[in-house]
Amino acid sequence: MILKTMDGAQALVRCLESEGVEYIFGLSGGAAIPIFDALVTTKTKIKLVLVRHEQGAAHMADGYARATGKPGVVLVTSGPGATNTLTGIMTAHMDSVPMIVLTGQTITSMLGKDAFQEADVFGISMPIVKHSYLVKDANDVPRIVREAFHITNTGRPGPVLIDLPKDITQGPFSGELHAEMDLPGYKIDSSFDQDKVLAIAEALSKSRRPVLLAGHGAIIADASGVVRNLAEKLNAPVTTTLLGKGAFPETHRLSLGMLGMHGTAYANKAMIECDLVMSIGSRFDDRIVGQQSRFCKDAVRIHLDVDNAEIHKMIRVHHWCVGDARLILEELVKHVAKLDTADWIKHLDGYKKKYPLKYKKQGGLKMQHILDELNTMTESRAVVATDVGQHQMWAAQFCKTLKPNDWLTSGGAGTMGFGFPAAIGAQFGRPKETVVAVVGDGGFQMTMSELATACVHKLPIKVIVLNNHYLGMVRQWQELFYEDRKSGVDLEGNPDFAKLADCYPGAKGFTLKRPADVRKILTRAMEYNDGPCVINAECEKTDNVYPMIPAGKALEDMLTEAPKYKMEKPTGST
Amino acid sequence: MTRLKKTLARTLSSLPRLEQAFAGLTGERVILAAAAAETERSRMEHLLLNREDTHTLSVYVANKPGVLARIAQVFARRGYNIDSLVVSSSMDGKFSRMTVTAIGNPEGLDQIIAQVNKLVDVIHCMDHTGENAVVRELALIKIAATTEERTGVLQIAEHFKCKTVDLTENSIILMATGDTEKVDALIKMMGRYKIIELVRTGKVVMARGNEET
Repeated sequence: MILKTMDGAQALVRCLESEGVEYIFGLSGGAAIPIFDALVTTKTKIKLVLVRHEQGAAHMADGYARATGKPGVVLVTSGPGATNTLTGIMTAHMDSVPMIVLTGQTITSMLGKDAFQEADVFGISMPIVKHSYLVKDANDVPRIVREAFHITNTGRPGPVLIDLPKDITQGPFSGELHAEMDLPGYKIDSSFDQDKVLAIAEALSKSRRPVLLAGHGAIIADASGVVRNLAEKLNAPVTTTLLGKGAFPETHRLSLGMLGMHGTAYANKAMIECDLVMSIGSRFDDRIVGQQSRFCKDAVRIHLDVDNAEIHKMIRVHHWCVGDARLILEELVKHVAKLDTADWIKHLDGYKKKYPLKYKKQGGLKMQHILDELNTMTESRAVVATDVGQHQMWAAQFCKTLKPNDWLTSGGAGTMGFGFPAAIGAQFGRPKETVVAVVGDGGFQMTMSELATACVHKLPIKVIVLNNHYLGMVRQWQELFYEDRKSGVDLEGNPDFAKLADCYPGAKGFTLKRPADVRKILTRAMEYNDGPCVINAECEKTDNVYPMIPAGKALEDMLTEAPKYKMEKPTGST
Repeated sequence: MTRLKKTLARTLSSLPRLEQAFAGLTGERVILAAAAAETERSRMEHLLLNREDTHTLSVYVANKPGVLARIAQVFARRGYNIDSLVVSSSMDGKFSRMTVTAIGNPEGLDQIIAQVNKLVDVIHCMDHTGENAVVRELALIKIAATTEERTGVLQIAEHFKCKTVDLTENSIILMATGDTEKVDALIKMMGRYKIIELVRTGKVVMARGNEET
């Protein structure tokens, strides 16, 4: 259908509609005005969520995408509007999250001439996007949008940026709204090497101490069901990465919980003692591998990944198969039988008894206590978004995840300020479910301006600020490795977060100070559904997260409690 | 001291030939020996990790703005220097052919090739190093040559099958084609004269016979 009166921006909105977009998270500005105008003139059903800072928009789109599996859409203006989204784009890129970022741009004839609010966003964003476009002709819009949505959520997902000069969005559109894709270099096929699957089945059949390691890829590929079938058929334990939480129910008898730097002691001990490890959609990140040369060095190592560039990148493996995790596992499960793992499971159960995740309910208010209670009250069924730091690791340990897309956290990027806006995005995507943002006092202050956004839309998000008046994870490192010299970690000047919430129309603040009140306050927060609520939980200031594997050390060097000797400075990346 | 002894033990197990040399050492000498062994170990590790070869890659890409930047970024991010680069449109104008020469260790380059192949605009990227392929480059060399010197220059030029593409009273421009070694040898021979300017195209490569480039 050709509408003679249509402009580039209106065509763009029509294309977004046909891709099934429900929400756009954005903030306007000069170069984006035609697009915002088209949201009105087209009478589209797409709902605009006006944010207070563009970083918030990107994290909301990210949270929406992680919670629903559908791409999140960001719309911002040129220059500072676009550069403010970069942290959010990088966060999505590191964690393979589908996202479309639409940025306004100066008019084509002014490109490269330092026009007002001009930034070379196409260039700046290049290393942190899966792909990007600079639109030069309004009639290319339908093809580009179609390609962008195809690229962002197929294969290994990632953000795609479309830079839209104002003369393009404002100029006439005379093309067809339906366009064919032209991507000769981007082929998604569902095939995989059958022989490799048989070789993996053969290797599995010889194993007596196997561990399945499920990562984010297992969730993205919708493979959690077949991961469970495989684990149960083999009778093999499953551990997950931080982003893999939800790929396998953490309450299952075969679950070892999360592994890695702050993973469970039994998951890490299983990695040390296993004779076979099979990664399903994890990239052997440095947080789980520790010292590369010693990681599972005597075990048979197997890697399933949709991204060929991940094979042998961190860890050299004996067997691998590139392709869709669900399709590969559905084939693999046909070729395996129950393994003789009774002793191995029993042995690991012993570790579960010996090294449980624990904390003291007496004394000061513990973050773990609040998270444990939250987990019990919600029966592990809430959507939990976190920020980054100590509270994130405790949430990963104590908030059990039962199914995919219920656990939203910035893993690869470790972006503070992610949790709250991601929870907003998730609540838009899943309006009927309980969404909890577990944040620290440091990270929350980076994006808490989005309280206004949550209030406008009356989103009943429960924000739990685990407040220790410190940048706690850095303080922990300074205590352990830098002779407790505190440098730049004391967050004096924090506001009263409960009072702050009360300032926003429709939001409610709660204060939690005593361990005895945890259940009472959480219950009241759960019952408040007229808008967001913020629990300011004044927690013990100097608690540390254990288990811990110092960065760059091997899994064998795991600390399960505070060390009694002086620690060397870690040699690993961070 | 315990830590150093541990270091020594680790080093000794990885370098059996040093074992004898350090047998029976005690006290301060252990420290010295451990330090020496550690230095040797890290030197060998360094050599192994930094083994560098020249690789010739052929990249077939969509002819679109930004493609070159995306590819160059993959190299730059890992600290690889692109030694030579030739880009031109292919038979089908929708695509371009790039020939990239880079120096680096093979493992790192395997990663780079995998990551270049992952780019949406890249049709394929292949390493032709050590393969049965024709590799050529072209060089233009401007040499200061008086009438007396000219005969000498032309003699060498003839030996290397160069063409004279410009000739003036005081200068001569030669065009040479061949593999890199041949061009290098020519330039070395011309070193006795004054080379005013030198332009090399960089390598282009094509697989022989039925193989795809």
